[in-house]
Amino acid sequence: MDLTSLSISALREKLVAREVSPLDALDALDARISAVDDKVHGFLSRDLALAKAHAAKADLSLPLGGVPIAIKDVINVTGEPCTCGSRMLLPYRAPYDATVIAKLRAAGAIPFGRANMDEFAMGSSTENSAFGPTHNPWDLTRTPGGSSGGSAAVVAADEAFAALGSDTGGSIRQPAALCGIVGVKPTYGRVSRYGLTAFASSLDQIGPFTKTVRDAALILDVISGKDPMDSTSLDQPVPAHTALLGRDIRGMKLGMPREYFIDGIDPQVDAAVRAAIRHYESLGAEIVEVSLPNTEHAVGVYYIIATAECSANLARFDGVRYGHRAESSGLLDHYGRTREEGFGPEVKRRIILGTYVLSSGYYDAYYLRAQKVRTLIRDDFTRAFAQCDAIVCPTSPEPAFKLGDRADDPLKMYLADIFTIATNLAGIPGLSLPCGFAEVDGKKLPIGLQLLGQPLDEPRLLQIAHAYEQSTDWHKARPGL
Amino acid sequence: MSAQFDVRYTAQLARLNLSEEEIAKFQSQLGQVLEYVEKLSAVDVSVVEPTAHAFPVHNVFRADESRPSFTAEQALSNAPRSANGLFVVPKVIE
Repeated sequence: MDLTSLSISALREKLVAREVSPLDALDALDARISAVDDKVHGFLSRDLALAKAHAAKADLSLPLGGVPIAIKDVINVTGEPCTCGSRMLLPYRAPYDATVIAKLRAAGAIPFGRANMDEFAMGSSTENSAFGPTHNPWDLTRTPGGSSGGSAAVVAADEAFAALGSDTGGSIRQPAALCGIVGVKPTYGRVSRYGLTAFASSLDQIGPFTKTVRDAALILDVISGKDPMDSTSLDQPVPAHTALLGRDIRGMKLGMPREYFIDGIDPQVDAAVRAAIRHYESLGAEIVEVSLPNTEHAVGVYYIIATAECSANLARFDGVRYGHRAESSGLLDHYGRTREEGFGPEVKRRIILGTYVLSSGYYDAYYLRAQKVRTLIRDDFTRAFAQCDAIVCPTSPEPAFKLGDRADDPLKMYLADIFTIATNLAGIPGLSLPCGFAEVDGKKLPIGLQLLGQPLDEPRLLQIAHAYEQSTDWHKARPGL
Repeated sequence: MSAQFDVRYTAQLARLNLSEEEIAKFQSQLGQVLEYVEKLSAVDVSVVEPTAHAFPVHNVFRADESRPSFTAEQALSNAPRSANGLFVVPKVIE
C-alpha cells in the first residue's frame, strides 16, 4: 500500500496501530519526492536527516504524533533555509522556530520539506520564485497558483500529507483550488505570525493545505491561539475545529454574492460552482442572494495597502544582519546594490509602488483613501452575514492558467485574485475545497469552491465544507503523475 | 496623480538601484496599475473611518521582565560580515 496517498487521519490510524512508523512515513515521502519532484518542483529543499532525528523521538500519543508536514519556505524552522523564494535569503539559516512550528512540534508533527513560493509571497503562480516555477500536478504546463503554489502542489502530488502556507490576498485558497485540495485562511489574528517573514502585516495569515476537511480541522486545532510573540494574535479561546464535522447543515443559510457571479468568469467554473450550490440545496441548506457592492474596489484597495506594507516590511533587507550583501562603495551604494541584486522583478515593482503610495503628498490620496474603502468592504461582509451563515462562491475565476501566460502583465496577474482578496481586507476566514473539474486541452483541471465565514467561525465553515466533501467524490481524484 | 509618478525618484526613496531598462518597464507597468487603482477616487468616503487592521487590538502589554532570547552568537549567525561580536557595516559618517 502506498502510504503517501493517505490523509493525516488515515496515517494517524496506522501510526497509532504501529502498522507503520514515522520513519516509514518519511521514507515513503522521500521516495515519492525523488520520483516526481523533478517534474513538479514543489520543494526548494528538504533535510531528511534532520526530519528523521525528530521522527525518532515522535510521541505518537499526541494529536499529530509522527505526521510529517511540508512548510512554505517563508516560515522559520530552526536549522533550515528560509529563502522566501528569494536570492536575498539564499545564505540564511533560521536560528529559531516560528510559533506555528513550535506548536506543530508540541503536537508531535515533524516539519519536512521547504515548499516553493512566489518571492516573498508576491504572486499568484509561483513564477516569481527566484528558483524556478512549480508545475501543476494536474497539467505540468500550467501554474499551481500562488503564492503558496509549492505547498499546494506537493499535497496534491502526494509528496506531503499536508502543508502550511500563508495567505495575504488568496495565497492559500487560490493554489488549493487550482491543485484540487483543501486550503484554509483563518481569521486575521487566529494564528500567530511570529516567525513568518512579513509581507503585508494587516493581511497575512498562516493556514493549512490538506487532502481532507477533517485534516484541516486537526491542524487548525494545533496552530490556532494567542501568542505573546505576536501582538496581533487574538486573545480568544480556541474551539475544537472538528466538533461540528458530520452535523447536519439542514436549515443553514448560504449567501450567494451576486458580484461574484459575473461576466468573465470561466463557464466551466461557473457551472461547477452553481452545481455545488444546488448540491447544498439538496442537503437542506437555504440559498439566499446577498450583495457585496464594493467588491469591484477590492483589487485596487489591496494593491495599495499590500504594496505599502510590503515596502515598509522589506526595508529590513539591508545587507547588514542577514541575507545577501553586495560589494559596494559607501552606505547608499551598499543599500541600493544589495537590494538590486537580492530582489526579483515583482518584488521590486511592489516596493516601488508601495513607496510611491506612501510618499509625501500622496499618502492621503492613495493609502488613507484605500483604508477608508477597506472599511466599506468590511462593512459589506458584516451586512451580508446578517442574512446568511456563510458565503459560497468561486475561489478563482478560472482553472489553472499556462505557465508564462501572464508573467509580464502584472495587472492581469493581479486580477487572478478578485474573489479572494476582499476576505483578507475584511479579516474573515475563508476556505477552498474541490468541487469539480474543467476539461481544457484534454486535461482535467480542478475547480475550487470558496466558503467565507464570520470572524472566528472556522468550525462552522469546516462543518459546511465537510458536508459537501462527504457527499461528493471530487476530493478522491488524484493527478496521474 | 499617476502622471506625476516617477520611478527613478521613488527608487531612490526605496534605496533600490534599478537598471535603465527596469525604470522604463516599471514606469509603464506601474503607470497602468496606478490608473487602475485611481478608480477608487470615485468612491465617496467623506464619512468613512479608515481601517488599519480588521480587528484592532490595542495596548498589548507584557510584564517588563527579562526572557530567554538569542545569544550574541545566534544573532550574528547570519551576518554577512561580523567581527568581535558585532555586525560590520559600511562607514556611515564621513
